[in-house]
Amino acid sequence: MSQRQVLQVFEQYQKSRTQFVQTVAELATRPQNIETLQNAGVMSLLRPLLLDVVPTIQQTAALALGRLANYNDDLAEAVVKGDILPQLVYSLAEQNRFYKKAAAFVLRAVARHSPALAQAVVDCGALDALVVSLEEFDPGVKEAAGWALGYIARHNEHLSQAVVEAGALPFLVLCLQEPEVALKRIAASALSDVAKHSPELAQTVVDTGAIAHLAQMVLNPDAKLKRQVFSALSQIAKHSVDLAELVVEAEVFPAVLACLRDPDEYVRKNVTTLMREITKHTPELSQMIVNTGGVAAVIDYLGDCRGNVRLPGIMMLGYVAAHSENLAMAVIVSKGVPQLTLCLSEEREDHVRAATVWALGQLGRHTAEHARAVASAGVLPRLLGLYMDTDSSEDLQVKAKKALKSILQKCTHLPALEPLLYDAPSNILKHVVGQFSKVLPHDSKARRLFVTSGGLKKVQEIKAEPGSALQEHITSINNCYPEEIVRYYSPGYSETLLERVEKYQPV
Amino acid sequence: MARFVRLENKIERIKEEFFIRNRIAEENRPGENRAAIQIQSWFRGCQVRAYLSHLDKHATIIQKTWRGFQARAHFRQMVKAACFIMKMNFYNEMAVRVQRRWRGFYTRKYVHNFYARKRYLEGLMRTNELVRRELGEFAEYQQREREHVAMEREEQENTIQAERLHHLLSTQQRPGVFNSPFRPAPDKMELRLRRAKPRPSRSSPRNRGPLLGSTGTGPFRDPAEVWQQRVCVTEPTLRVQTSPRDLERAQEELHREEWRNRLVDRPFQPFSKAWKDRKYERTVHSTSCFLPLAYGTKHFREERPEQLHGKKPFKTVFTTCHVFDKFGRLYSNAGKIV
Repeated sequence: MSQRQVLQVFEQYQKSRTQFVQTVAELATRPQNIETLQNAGVMSLLRPLLLDVVPTIQQTAALALGRLANYNDDLAEAVVKGDILPQLVYSLAEQNRFYKKAAAFVLRAVARHSPALAQAVVDCGALDALVVSLEEFDPGVKEAAGWALGYIARHNEHLSQAVVEAGALPFLVLCLQEPEVALKRIAASALSDVAKHSPELAQTVVDTGAIAHLAQMVLNPDAKLKRQVFSALSQIAKHSVDLAELVVEAEVFPAVLACLRDPDEYVRKNVTTLMREITKHTPELSQMIVNTGGVAAVIDYLGDCRGNVRLPGIMMLGYVAAHSENLAMAVIVSKGVPQLTLCLSEEREDHVRAATVWALGQLGRHTAEHARAVASAGVLPRLLGLYMDTDSSEDLQVKAKKALKSILQKCTHLPALEPLLYDAPSNILKHVVGQFSKVLPHDSKARRLFVTSGGLKKVQEIKAEPGSALQEHITSINNCYPEEIVRYYSPGYSETLLERVEKYQPV
Repeated sequence: MARFVRLENKIERIKEEFFIRNRIAEENRPGENRAAIQIQSWFRGCQVRAYLSHLDKHATIIQKTWRGFQARAHFRQMVKAACFIMKMNFYNEMAVRVQRRWRGFYTRKYVHNFYARKRYLEGLMRTNELVRRELGEFAEYQQREREHVAMEREEQENTIQAERLHHLLSTQQRPGVFNSPFRPAPDKMELRLRRAKPRPSRSSPRNRGPLLGSTGTGPFRDPAEVWQQRVCVTEPTLRVQTSPRDLERAQEELHREEWRNRLVDRPFQPFSKAWKDRKYERTVHSTSCFLPLAYGTKHFREERPEQLHGKKPFKTVFTTCHVFDKFGRLYSNAGKIV
């Protein structure tokens, strides 16, 4: 055979290998094919192609492997068990940038499924190779490496610590300053994943000077970038007062309120999360946010959105109101109570309702003015309904009861308390009656109203054990009225009257 | 004597009378005794009563005076006490007024200033209004911007579409698809078609201008011309242009330059044990290819002055440099220790 014929055999073989690997890579983009591919044993076929002579075949094989591992964790396990990772890590250091991108993609696809797989990736020494890739010039390689590091750090504190110890943080902060938006997104997301586990990690992130760069990107037009930036800032701020103060000192504050009107829903949610993490620490921080008009902006946000994304806003209002009565009055004055009542009636999820109920309780528990503002919105019967409803979860019932009790203990607005006399169970009823017994002795108009609205009649019908607090309150209410009135309204009075009529002998 | 006779007649009578009178007296004696006793007791009673009333009067006088004295003393005490209480009440009243003012001032200033709180809440409401209005305006502005951008993009796409469909322009004879005669005015697409310049499709080869030096006679033209017209010069992207080894080459270049510019290749090691096995390096002046020179160890210049022939000796002391003259003396006297 001539030389050309011999070489043709080799060329054919190379062509068929290229075609195989490209087709597999394309098929792996569709989820329905992956089962078939897996059953056909694609892993064992792709493994030797990773060591192929031709660079394009290597890269495409790595890409195909990455797409397969991305799909589910069995395939990722197979990648780990097939000892492919050390080869990839070695080639991360040596090969050209297309291969590096593909290798980083495989590492990311394996690491994202579970902590055990991420630990396996770390054990192969991938972290050092990935950190070295972060120093590359090509932004695509940096993005892939940063993404892989972010997915590794996401699972738990131990893995985040490993990522930090590999020295990834300064490079991630440098990536934040690059002009490519995709790279910035990935860097912000990775920083957010590292900082979220513990205060020490958040402090390490802050020490690399990340906050200033994140703060600069707050008004960037790209929505996905803003999501990640706000998520990172809120993960940093949530751990302690000092970290929250550092975030506030970066002067994000009035500018961030503009992002509350962003068309992207998750940007708004993350902004509210950031505000919640800041306000929950101290009254001074809450005061600062209230003074910049943050509360009004959040209340408007609650009006515009629906569903689970309302939760951070509601919790923020609750935290602000919990600190002091001034701040609670500030929330009330900014029209918070009608909005929260709307949330309570519109939402069906129990955890969102529990949060709303808690926030309302915090608003109403401070003084009589606050309790009056909350009760006038018609909140109390709704709280009672939630407490009594058997469909509500236990958490919701407990919170509803606490909120109800704390508002009732300060409420002196009697028209709002009256509906509660009719439906409440005895442990709530004693508080309601107690409040009546505190207010009625001093206010004659209220006494008159109490009689005409049928409240006195209802109070007489309540059965209470003698000597209990409820009985004492009932007695003190009865003492406010002349005896004939009390007797008139006591149950069975009509029968006694009729008996007297029967017994009467006309003269 | 007549008186004596008369008297003798009376003596018998007198004796009888004496006994009668004695008997009567004896008979009257208890009665009289009783009467006398009564009179005496009455009189004694009067005496005693007079004495008692006398005593009474005096006792009354004494008691009256004493009681008056006691009462007045007691009254004086009462007046003093009342006066004291009145004064104390007055002082208390005044103190309460002062304290009331002070407490009001203190609470309003340091503890809880109701009006400040009221002003704060009003200011907060105004700020909220402002923030809400501004956010609304900002959201509207952004919305308009986005719509504007979207509209421009759409217009751009439509223009490109019009350029591709330029052949659907209506002519004098025949109205085009977009210019139906039944419409009152031509469609917007028609207007775009009128404005658009025909766009060459991508598959046609680039026209390089009039053919240069073509004979036009036969199908076989000069190969050089054909190549010039047909071959499109590739303009590879930066990605394709950069060789995969660029980075390594740049790194090697940097490495070489650093090695070139470095004077001392041996890394600095500050610990003494690192220099343990170091070989002693002689100075340049005393080394030669064969043996170390003896100058500097065995003899010096000054030892053989006759060889010097009037050469000037080396200077051992240099001129001072004034760098450290002001050291420590610029700002404080503490530097004079130096």
